[in-house]
Parts: sequence; structure tokens; C-alpha cells
Amino acid sequence: MNELLELITRIEQNLAVSVRLWIPEICLVVTAIALLLQRMVFPSWRRGASFIMFVGSVAALAVLFWQTAAQSAPASPVGAFLDVLRLDRLAAFFRGLILLFAILFSVLTWLTHWPRIEDRGEFYVLFLGSVIGMSTMVAAENLLLVFLGMEMASLPSYILAGFEKRERRAGEAAMKFAVFGAAMAGVMLYGLSLLGGSLGSLNLPTMGANLAALASNQEFHGHGLSLIVGTLMVLAGIGFKLSAVPFHFWLPDVFEGAAAEVGAFLSVISKAAALGLLTRLCLTLLGAEQASAAGLPGPLIPFVVGTLSLLAAVTCTYGNLAAYGQGNFKRLLGYSTIAHAGYLMMPVAAAVAALPVSRETARWAVASMLFYLVVYMFMNIVAFAGAAFLSRGAPGEKIENYSGLVRAAPGFVICLTLTLFSLVGLPPLGGFAGKFAIFASLASAQLWALLVVAALNTVFSLFYYVRVVKVMVLDPAVQPPSFSLPLSSPQGMFLVLATTPVVLLGILWQPVFDLVCRAAGCQ
Amino acid sequence: MAGLIFLSAIVFLPALGALILLFFPASAETAIRRMTLGVTLVVFLMTLRLVFPGDGPAGETLLERSIHDVRFVAGEPGYQHALAVPWIRSFNIEYFLGIDGISLPLVLLTSFLSLLAAAASWSVTKHVKAYSVLFLLLETGMLGVFLALDFFLFYVFWEVMLLPMYFLIGIWGGPRKEYAAIKFFLFTLVGSVLMLIALLMLYFASDVRKLPEQARRESLLSSEMIVKSLAPGEKPLHTFNLVALAKLGQMPDSPFNEPAWLGKSIAWWAFLLLLVGFLIKVPSVPVHTWLPDAHVEAPTPISMILAGVLLKMGGYGIIRICYPVCPQGAYELAWFVCGLGVVSMVYGALAAMAQQDFKRLVAYSSVSHMGYVVLGLGAWSLVPGIWDTQYWKMGMNGAMFQMIAHGISSAGMFFMVGVLYDRVHHRDLDQFGGIFGKMPAYTALAIVIFFAALGLPGLCGFIGEVLVIFAAFSYSRVLAIIGASVVILTAGYILWTVRRVYLGAEYRGPHADALTPLSVREFAVGATLAVAAVIFGVFPQTVFRYMAPSVNRTVDEMAQWMKAVSINVVDSSEEPAEKSRREPTEVLGNLSGKVLEAGSQQ
Repeated sequence: MNELLELITRIEQNLAVSVRLWIPEICLVVTAIALLLQRMVFPSWRRGASFIMFVGSVAALAVLFWQTAAQSAPASPVGAFLDVLRLDRLAAFFRGLILLFAILFSVLTWLTHWPRIEDRGEFYVLFLGSVIGMSTMVAAENLLLVFLGMEMASLPSYILAGFEKRERRAGEAAMKFAVFGAAMAGVMLYGLSLLGGSLGSLNLPTMGANLAALASNQEFHGHGLSLIVGTLMVLAGIGFKLSAVPFHFWLPDVFEGAAAEVGAFLSVISKAAALGLLTRLCLTLLGAEQASAAGLPGPLIPFVVGTLSLLAAVTCTYGNLAAYGQGNFKRLLGYSTIAHAGYLMMPVAAAVAALPVSRETARWAVASMLFYLVVYMFMNIVAFAGAAFLSRGAPGEKIENYSGLVRAAPGFVICLTLTLFSLVGLPPLGGFAGKFAIFASLASAQLWALLVVAALNTVFSLFYYVRVVKVMVLDPAVQPPSFSLPLSSPQGMFLVLATTPVVLLGILWQPVFDLVCRAAGCQ
Repeated sequence: MAGLIFLSAIVFLPALGALILLFFPASAETAIRRMTLGVTLVVFLMTLRLVFPGDGPAGETLLERSIHDVRFVAGEPGYQHALAVPWIRSFNIEYFLGIDGISLPLVLLTSFLSLLAAAASWSVTKHVKAYSVLFLLLETGMLGVFLALDFFLFYVFWEVMLLPMYFLIGIWGGPRKEYAAIKFFLFTLVGSVLMLIALLMLYFASDVRKLPEQARRESLLSSEMIVKSLAPGEKPLHTFNLVALAKLGQMPDSPFNEPAWLGKSIAWWAFLLLLVGFLIKVPSVPVHTWLPDAHVEAPTPISMILAGVLLKMGGYGIIRICYPVCPQGAYELAWFVCGLGVVSMVYGALAAMAQQDFKRLVAYSSVSHMGYVVLGLGAWSLVPGIWDTQYWKMGMNGAMFQMIAHGISSAGMFFMVGVLYDRVHHRDLDQFGGIFGKMPAYTALAIVIFFAALGLPGLCGFIGEVLVIFAAFSYSRVLAIIGASVVILTAGYILWTVRRVYLGAEYRGPHADALTPLSVREFAVGATLAVAAVIFGVFPQTVFRYMAPSVNRTVDEMAQWMKAVSINVVDSSEEPAEKSRREPTEVLGNLSGKVLEAGSQQ
């Protein structure tokens, strides 16, 4: 009886703490309800939806920021909701990044006037649902929550991809996305059940400890097959969210068919959440504290490093090479995000490879990935905002129609050019600092072959980004351009605002790097 | 601190000028041109300020001292005005500028040629504002490369000049500009990527803690890094500081001697990667193919900068980074470097001879002339047991001088071609002839500059070539003899060109009536270059005074390294000196094995 009482008290206390730490997401839920009510209560308030969305996500980010800042220095990671969510600094970083994107996203949709006012409320509600799912994904410490978060993030994105209802391509893309997504969810679920079954728990730290125990007791081979198959299946599920080759088939069509705003959403936070999940899975399962004492789960680490490296190298190279022949700007950006998913997976491979040698190096590798994600978010916001402005204006989506654009909209073209060169990774732009950090993590983990592949890919990627710049800047205008976007307009100011970090992060990146280091737990 | 402020001002003044230019109305073309010229003039005067004695006492405040207290002391071999301040602490990256006798002449050359190129830019009439902004950004990148002493900073500046150059060729170039621009971009990026890999290899192998106390202080590390290196701890303290990297690389038990792949050490691989990266820029056969296209398509002022300054970055990188940081790789690959140098010399000269296009001929002559630089740098004449560094010093000094001389003569030649092209709008060598009659002053200047390129004694091209050939002779007679006979080929194509273009009875090509005499501005640019060619040819001491002490110090340090390495071997294995003289490669191999054994025993 006493024990039961104790348990109930513990649950109560844990619940109180957990709910408090989950306030940012609760803010988003409230925002979603407010969005639904707004159309009934104030149907004449035309900008209402964007405004509520903006205020709601700013409030959520503010709460998160305040909570994280108030947390005592080496954060005591809380196992929230009875250890199903781990709300540590890493999770806080990803949640913050996702919320920051949500703010920028609300401003962007406001400025591009898309979707139509009538549809905007529903659009934001779906978006918020996906965002809450992603927050769950990056904090999940229980296989059930992992799957729940994945699905919660994925389902609304299928609808968002097809949100442009009158566009046939969008419908087709959404259908492809949904069917492929459902299949991969099944694969992932099977993989999770195999892992959970062979390791005897759904709780990730316990699974990690059990794995270490298995390895130290030499009982490994009995579970070897199910572990390896399970790992592969889970990687396939995450690879789908990351659009890693060979799970990328849906992506070019979706990016071409869906609106550019949705492209930004899918390319930035969808991948960020998948990377957050991948990092946590890898580091918790393979890097259990007991493991270092008992001898690490040996054979699995080289296997995971090899698979991740191969996946990253193939994804990166394929994305960059397939982008060559593209004539549609949005589709080209789609292939560019495939390539960047490859770059972003590399530090995870480096982190796993460094686990047996030095935990500090592994944390640095994670930090470099986080840093690149920050830069990547701003780069993609500018690129997709540019695509959105262009595709709704006279130039459309065909790259060949952008010829001579620099004469019509010089400021806009300069912002886009800086961003495209940053995507290549040229100093002194943020993309270079990010790539440098990633390359450094590969070098410190001694993954030289992967480093060479990554470096060569920088050269491969040059052509197609420069081709867009060439058409805009060097080619003479075919027809008198009817597109103008002065930097003093709200749209122009948004672009400048988003391009500034892209440039600044290449010069003064220490503050942001300190931030990601703290998030990754580096000393 | 005063020096750092002054050097930073030199580097970033053009960028600041570019920023101010953005606020000019695009239609105010004359004002924009004058502003560009003014900025380059101020930068040139500031770099001159380094060599001329200051007037008045050193000031009290920092600002006063950064104006008065910035003189470069000739004869001082070490770095001057060098100071490092932390930039990106997470990766121990420092904002570290400094100047020594190797970089000073190149900095002066850069600011000098930028000034002349800005003066020659009046011929550019399309989108003047954008052109001027990019031109000034390019100057910042070039000056930064020569002044940076932190490898990361060096790399950033190295890449910063890529973008402006791409647009300068791609927008203002000739008919095949887009092809030339992307080719230039691609080649340079491949080189940079190789450099980036080497940079990371060296960074993660480096450890400031392994340096002795004395060397640590001499490395001019920022005070923060010194404190970090003194703090107790086992973790290696990596660095990008080029001085510290060189000291680490020249330690007998250097951390760069650890084996990497295929039985070769980190130093060997890093040297190879860096070398290829820099040779692309030099350029050397077989990675030179971007150069004729880029030079031919670029507008005249940009061709001047390309040939005069950008190619020198490659040579500068080799002498500043490749050799001091990776002496082991340099030693083992000396034959490779020299061989490439000689092949470039011969190939460039033969290709120049076959050209129909005037500008392409000048471009190939650059390949040939830069071959001397590579040969001079590579002519490793240190032989264990003899320790005579004299010839190698001669080679390195010759190579450095050749870079300055080529900067003057090639920029001059491109300018001379540009003057003709602006008038008659073609560059076909067979359609020229008889220019002497129409433009006598121009022809006189052109002939001085072409003869300087030919290497006529009394003009700047001679000194460098002769020193390089002397040095090469002690390394390999075959290479020296081939190298020396290239002079005949050079004389062949230059005299033939002079005959076809300037001499002859009468100009029969198109636009004959456009052949007007030089304008004052054109005359000023051409005459300045011609005078410089004569001055450096007659008084090479003006350059050597500043350059030689630093170059000699670099060579002496390498000799010390070599001595330490070889003597160790001779002592421990008790082999006669003759043996190690015959097979130095084997000696080095043994040594690194021993170092490793010792390390593992500990």
C-alpha cells in the first residue's frame, strides 16, 4: 500500500514537472484551437490566422527560451511523463529550431499570400500538428513515442503537400508521398518492434544498457540477426523522412508539385526532426554509460557507422549529380535538399564512430551537425522564399525564364546568389562555416574516405547552383522582365532579414557555435 | 596591436570602398571610376608606407601608433607587425595577420597592379558600378591571402576572391566568357577542396603542447592560446597558426610524421594535396588548362590582375605553407616538383609559339614563366653530409624574384595587348604588323616589356631566371640544361611576336584608322610598368633587400630540420655518411619508423 502511494506521489510530481516543461507545445495546441475558433468568432478578420499563428509560435519559443535559460548549468535532464520524453538541452535546441522555423514560416506565408485567406486557418492547424509531432520525435525516449511522433509529424505533411487543390501535380505528389510514407511507417514499426523485442524494453536507455550487457556477456550472436535487421528497418524509416537515397523517390515530385512554402517546411524541420531522432537513437542505444565499462556493443558500431556513411555518401552524391539536368527551380532545390541530407548525416556517422574512442569527439560531431542545421535553415528559407516569389510572379518555375533577372530585381538576385553560393559552401558565407564544422567532425573521427566524398561533392554541387546564378546574372534577358521585388518592400525585407544570418554565420559564428556546443553537451 | 590595425586597414579598405560604392547611383560612372582609383591609390600608398621611414615620433595613442609605428624593417628575417587575436575559439582559429620579407614584395605588387588595373578599367563601359564593387572585393581577397598567417584565415581569403573573379570574367569577358568563368571557378574549387582536406589533416595532427616552450613563444600564438597550452591536460591543442604548424612540421619527431595511408606519412599526403591545390593556381602543366581560357576571355584589367597577382598566390602558398609545414613531403617529392616545373616551362613556351591569338600567346608565356618559379622552389640542393644551402637559397630567391618580375612583365604584356584590342577589336597575330609606324611611343614601351619577359639582361625577367637555373644545376644537370634552353624558345616566340605585330611595313588589318596614339592615362600605366621592369632589372637589390633575409631563414630552417633528421639516423645506425647521402629517402623512412617505435614504447 505504501509503495503504491509512493508511486502515485512520484507520478504526480513527475506530471507536474513534465507539464511545465511541455508548455511550449501546449502553447501550440492552444494556438491551433484558437485558429479553428477564429473563423467562427471573427470571420471578417482577414489576417487573423497568420497573426494568431505568429503570436502563438513566438510565445512558445519565448517560453522555451526562458525555461532553457533558467535551467541550471549542466541541465539535469528530465525524463518527462514517466521517462517517455527526455527534455534535455539537445531536445530543447531542436524544439527551438522548429519553433523558430514556425515563426519564419508564418511570416513567409503572410508575405506570399499563400494559401488563400479562406484556407489559411486549416493550413496552419495542420502545420502545427506536424510541429508538435516533430517536438515529440526529437525528445522521444520510448519506442512508442518515437513512432507516435513520426506519424504525427508525417500525416499532416501528406495533406500539406497536396494543399494546392487545383494543381493536378500537387495531388499526384501528395498521393505518392502518402503511399510511400505509409509503407515506410510499416517498415519502421516492424524495425522498432524487432529492436524492442531483442533488447527487452521500449525505453531507450534501458535498451542501451541491455545491449551493452549482451555485448559483454558474449550473448550477442543469438540476437545478432534481429538487431541488424531491426537497425536497418529503423534506418529506412528515418531515411525516408530525411529523403536519403534510396528512399528519396517521393521527394522531387513532391517538391515540384507542392507549393514552395511546403518545400521549405519539408526540407528544413522535417529533416531536422528526423536528424534529432537519429542522433538520440544512435547515441542512447550505442553509447550507454554502462557500455564503456563493460566493453561497447562492438560489432554494431562499425555496422551502423558503415551503413550511415554509405547512406550519406550515396545520398549526397546522387542529390548533387541528379540536380544537373533539372529545369524546374523547385525540383532543383528538391535535389539540393537530398544532397544536404547526405551532408547532415555525415556527422552522425562521425559521432557513432567516435563513441568508443572519445565521447567528447562524438559530442563535437553532434554540435557540428546542429550548427549546419542552423545555417541550412536560413539558406533554405531564402531559397524557397525566392522560389515562392518567382513561381507566383511572371518568371514562373522554369530556370530558363529567369534570364536577365538581375536587371529587373538586383537586390533580390543578390540575396538569392549569396544563398546559392552559401549552399555550395564558399567562404565567407555561413554554408562554408557549417561545412567546415562537418568536415572537421569527419576528420576528428578519422572517416577520411567520407571526408573525401564530401569534399568532392562540394565541387559537384558547384555546377547546378552556379547555373541558376548564371542565368539570372550573366544571360541577357529574353523578354522584358515584368518581375520586380525591391528590397524596401516587405517581401524584400524578409529576404534581407533571412540572408543576413547566412552571411553573418560565415564570419561571426562563435556565439552560435557556443550555443550548439551547449546543446550537444560539449565541455 | 598598431601593426595589426594597419594591416587590417590595408586588407579591408577596398571592401569598405566597395560598400560605399553601393550607395552611388549607377549612372555616376565617372565618380565611381574615380572612387575606385582613389581607393586603390590609398591602399597602394598605405603599403608603400610600410617601406618608407616614418616621420615624427611614435605616437601615444593606439591610433597614432598605427599611423607612425608601422615601418617594415629591412634585413629582419622574421614576421613583423604580426599579432594573433582569437576569432573562432571552438576551433582555435585566430585572426592572425603579419608581414615578412616574402609577403611584403607580393603585397606591394598587389596594391601596385590593382592601382594600374583600376586605371586601365576606363575601357570597361558596361555596368561600371557592379564592376568596381567586384574589383575592390577582389583586391581585399588578394591582400588578405598574402597577409594571413592563420591557415583558416588564409583559406577564407583564398576563396573570397573566387566569386568576384567568376563574375568579372563571366559578365565583362569576351565571347566565350561563360565557359572560361566556370572553368576557372571549377579548377580553383578543386584546388581549394584538396587544400581543405590537407588543412584538416594538419589541424588534427597538430598539437601546440608538443612544441618546446621557446618555439611556442616564437610562434606568435595569441596569448589565449599560450594560456591554454600551459594549462594542465592531456588533450592535444590543435592549431591553424602557420608559424606554429611550421615549427611542428620541422620538429625531428614531428607529429606529422605519423603514417597515414599507403605507407606514406601525414606530411607527405598533406604536401601532395596542398601542392596540387597551389599548382592549379600557379598554374603548372597538366592543370593549367583553365588559364588560357580565363586570360583570353577576361577584360584587360582583370587579365592584368590574373596574371600579375593571382598566379603568385600559388607560388606564395608553396613557399609559405607546403615547404615549411611539410618538409618531409617536400623532400621526398622534390623531383616531382622540379619535373613539373621544367615540363611547364617547355610546354608553355612551345604552346605559346603555336598561338594565333595574341592574348593566348601571352597566357601561355605565363605558364612557361611560372614554371621557373616551381623549379626554383623545388630545387632541393641540400645533400646530407654537405649542408650547403647556398644553391637552394639562390633558387628560392630566384623563384620569388621571378614572381615579382613576372607580375610586372605579364601585367604589362596583357595591358599592351588590351591597348591594341581596344582599337582594332581583333587579336589575330597574322593581321598585325607595322604598329611601330602608327604608334611609336606605344611600341617602344611594349618592346621594353616584351624583352623583360624574354629575360634580357638589364630587365627584370633576367635575374629570376638565371638564379633559378643556377640553383637547378646543382640539383639536376639535366633539368637545368633543359630549363636553360627554354630561354631560346622564349626568345623565339617573343621576337617572332614583336616582328609580326610591331615591325613590318604597314598595318593591313581591320580598323586601321582606329590606331590612334596612346592616351595620357594609357601611357601612364604602360610607362610605369616599363620603368618598373627596368628598375628591378638594374637594381634587383631593391627587392632582395627585403626578401632575401626571410627566404634565407626559411631555407635555413629546412636545413636545420634536415640536419636533425639525418644526423639522428647516422648516429643511431652508425652508417657512414656516404650511404645516407646516396639514399636519403630510405634514411627518412627508417627515421619515421624509429620515431614511431619510440612513441609506442612510451
